[in-house]
Amino acid sequence: MELLPTIWFIAIAVLWTGYLFLEGFDLGVGMLMKLFARNNTERRVLLNTIGPVWDGNEVWLLTAGGATFAAFPLWYASLFSALYLPLLVVLLALIFRAVAFEYRGKVDTDSWRNRWDWAIALGSFFAAFGVGAALALTTTGLPLNANGDREGGPMAWFSGYALLGGIAVVGFALLHALAFLALKTDGEVRHRAREWFVRLLPVLLLPIAAWALAIQFMDGKLWTWAAVILAVAAAVTAWLLARNGSEGRSFLALGAFLVLGTASIFGAVFPVVLPSTLDSAFDLTISNASSSDYTLGLMSIVAAVGLPLVIAYQAWTYWVFRRRVSAAHIPEAHSFLPAVAAKAFTTKG
Amino acid sequence: MDALEIARWQFGITTVYHFMMVPLTIGLGLVVAVIQTAWYRTGRPEYLRMTKFWGKLFLINFIMGVATGIVQEFQFGMAWSEYSRFVGDVFGAPLALEALLAFFVESTFLGLWIFGWKQLKPAIHLACLWVAVIGSALSAYFIIVANSWMQHPVGVEMINGRPVMTDAWAVFTNNTALVAVPHTLFGALAVAGGFLLGIAWYHLWRRRHDGVDTVGADGKVIPGEDVRIPGRDRADHSVWIRSLRIGAVVAMISFAGTAVTGDLQGKLMFQQQPMKMAAAEAACHDGTGFSVLSIGNVGSRNCDDVVAVIEVPGILSFLAKGDFTTEVKGVNSLLPEYKANYGTNLPDNPIYGERAGQEIEYVPVMEVTYWGFRMMIGFGGLAALAALVALWLTRKGTVPESRGLMRLAVFGILAPFGANAAGWIFTEMGRQPFVVAPNPDPSGIDQVFMFTAAAVSPGVSAGELIASLVALTAVYAVLLVVEVKLLVKYIRGGVVSAMPELGHAPVDENEDATPGPGGPGDTKPADDVLAFAY
Repeated sequence: MELLPTIWFIAIAVLWTGYLFLEGFDLGVGMLMKLFARNNTERRVLLNTIGPVWDGNEVWLLTAGGATFAAFPLWYASLFSALYLPLLVVLLALIFRAVAFEYRGKVDTDSWRNRWDWAIALGSFFAAFGVGAALALTTTGLPLNANGDREGGPMAWFSGYALLGGIAVVGFALLHALAFLALKTDGEVRHRAREWFVRLLPVLLLPIAAWALAIQFMDGKLWTWAAVILAVAAAVTAWLLARNGSEGRSFLALGAFLVLGTASIFGAVFPVVLPSTLDSAFDLTISNASSSDYTLGLMSIVAAVGLPLVIAYQAWTYWVFRRRVSAAHIPEAHSFLPAVAAKAFTTKG
Repeated sequence: MDALEIARWQFGITTVYHFMMVPLTIGLGLVVAVIQTAWYRTGRPEYLRMTKFWGKLFLINFIMGVATGIVQEFQFGMAWSEYSRFVGDVFGAPLALEALLAFFVESTFLGLWIFGWKQLKPAIHLACLWVAVIGSALSAYFIIVANSWMQHPVGVEMINGRPVMTDAWAVFTNNTALVAVPHTLFGALAVAGGFLLGIAWYHLWRRRHDGVDTVGADGKVIPGEDVRIPGRDRADHSVWIRSLRIGAVVAMISFAGTAVTGDLQGKLMFQQQPMKMAAAEAACHDGTGFSVLSIGNVGSRNCDDVVAVIEVPGILSFLAKGDFTTEVKGVNSLLPEYKANYGTNLPDNPIYGERAGQEIEYVPVMEVTYWGFRMMIGFGGLAALAALVALWLTRKGTVPESRGLMRLAVFGILAPFGANAAGWIFTEMGRQPFVVAPNPDPSGIDQVFMFTAAAVSPGVSAGELIASLVALTAVYAVLLVVEVKLLVKYIRGGVVSAMPELGHAPVDENEDATPGPGGPGDTKPADDVLAFAY
């Protein structure tokens, strides 16, 4: 077994887990803008809970992508080119979503806000779905030929697993967002989020559990089965804690569910990073898809310093903005008369 | 068009677009950080107003750079999988490090800056902006290290047909990158300079036009105020005249910076990619003269069709070698060298698809390289000259009443953008037909190069690429309209658009406008959850 490629396999699993953990709730909050929030004030409560952090969360995706490129270029090349259309959808979704966060409050009309609310909700949905589909397919396989290129046309990636993975991440993101809102807001939103969390947990976690189990039946090892069982225990704990009103601990327990779940999935497929459904001889593995030890060694040193630093200052951000947001905090929307228009107004009027 | 051409158009469009937002982010970020520092040190209200106003425009633009940046990273794998496989060992690392060491910093600390006006102590709040600005410059460094490796591959060894990194120091201190980074950063500052200058000019003009500011007998401005309009007070005049002067000075310094670094870069390029530079000159024959105007048949790559109409002897040699006499090689003498070194036809390898065996066109599209080079220099120089004239015209504290001049200043904002785009289009198209240019430098590594024709994803169909090209271009076009509309709205709104508190009943500004309860000197954080930016 090769040490450095194994380390980088773990590192990439960690990056994806970090991404799903952090952007999981902000993608979910995005979807809840249309599913959960009842009026503009509530929508602004939702937005401002993730406002300071969503952009930093999204960098986990870029880092996961960049690290895959650097550490396993053949995995990156095959996965991204095979999933051309779904990733295009993810990109468009992320573009609309990012712009919508910033631009939504910049014009004070209902139609403007409503348009961007849809961009946030749908952008979050498609981003979560697409990322989930891509992650599921990298564990269940794609029709790759000997060169690692997709056979069978633009939709050859489409399968039940793609749907399952997509729904799995959407479901998890929604639940994680409810836990996050229960933790980060106060008043009506907080209580409703907790209620929804308790009521919906079994449904929303079902698809991700199905994915983890499917992988175990295909490639499970003893320890990954154990991880699945622990994950289920974590989910039950999260549910019990939420019911008893311990929002912080419930959120952490759900996080433990995610960590254990992704560990069970990545652990089961190891050392294959992207199986070929055409011929297992074409499977991409940590040995045939990885960069040289020199590159991996260099990256390891940088990541060993850089990643803890990232975690530290991101944790600090959450500490700075630790207080709960409630509808009572939301200030009036700023509507201003431009200086230029105001002049015309005052002289003519 | 086949898949390769569509993929190239897509890369070109998405990259040029992304790089409209990025220089403004880098340049304006630094300017805002300097202004906020001035406010922190002096506590003068006009500096706070400038920080808020320019900061608001900075954020409207920043988000577009973020949104379009993700496309860049994904695109290599999606559309250029063979390229990614070939270069991954060395090219992936700077991209990964960019995300890990730079973009994380930039995104996280900017979030702290936007939402932390009340939660953070003023010194820490200011430090967050500085950290974010440094992150954005670091980000530029890593991306240019990656790009420079495509221009001048170093630090690798060929193993099993792929370049494998053996010397990270060489990759991260590639001399191509070391001159391209400051060149790019100065280019970004030039954009910010023009932006400040044009917008501040507009507002000064508006104040005169509306009769708020008047001019005394000695030609000096007499700042006035119009109490009916929020924010149109005397301090407002000071906001704009200071912004204008900062913008003009930044524009001139950055032009000088781009000129010096550009000269160094040119001299390197004459060694590293002589064909690019010959094509930049549309120079067929060896010579010393710099062409001021050359004409030829549009679309022709045949050198003999190009006629130099006006030429300044000696200047080309100066650009390339630093003297006035050394002959610089033209296309006609370079072409046989390239053919001898890299072949006359693309190899019969399935990686080239239908292009296998085709004759290789070593001369880049000369209209693009020739005019790209001149537009870069021309727009850059024009903006700097305009800045100098602007400083002179506003020496008495305001702008002339002329509406035409105001329009010129506003549209002048576009010139540095044009220079940036032209420079990148020149350097990327001038590298063709290679995606990784061969390194003729004796210290270079043999056979480390890749033809663009081999780089595209073999499994991706032209249909998929058309779908993404159309979708991305359409979305980008719509978002550009939205961004510009919002920018215009906030620009016309003036400072009050970024500081609605100015629109309230007249109050003591020092109390009303400062973020903490008592201004920069006060260290007690306010009792508020966060600065509600959304």
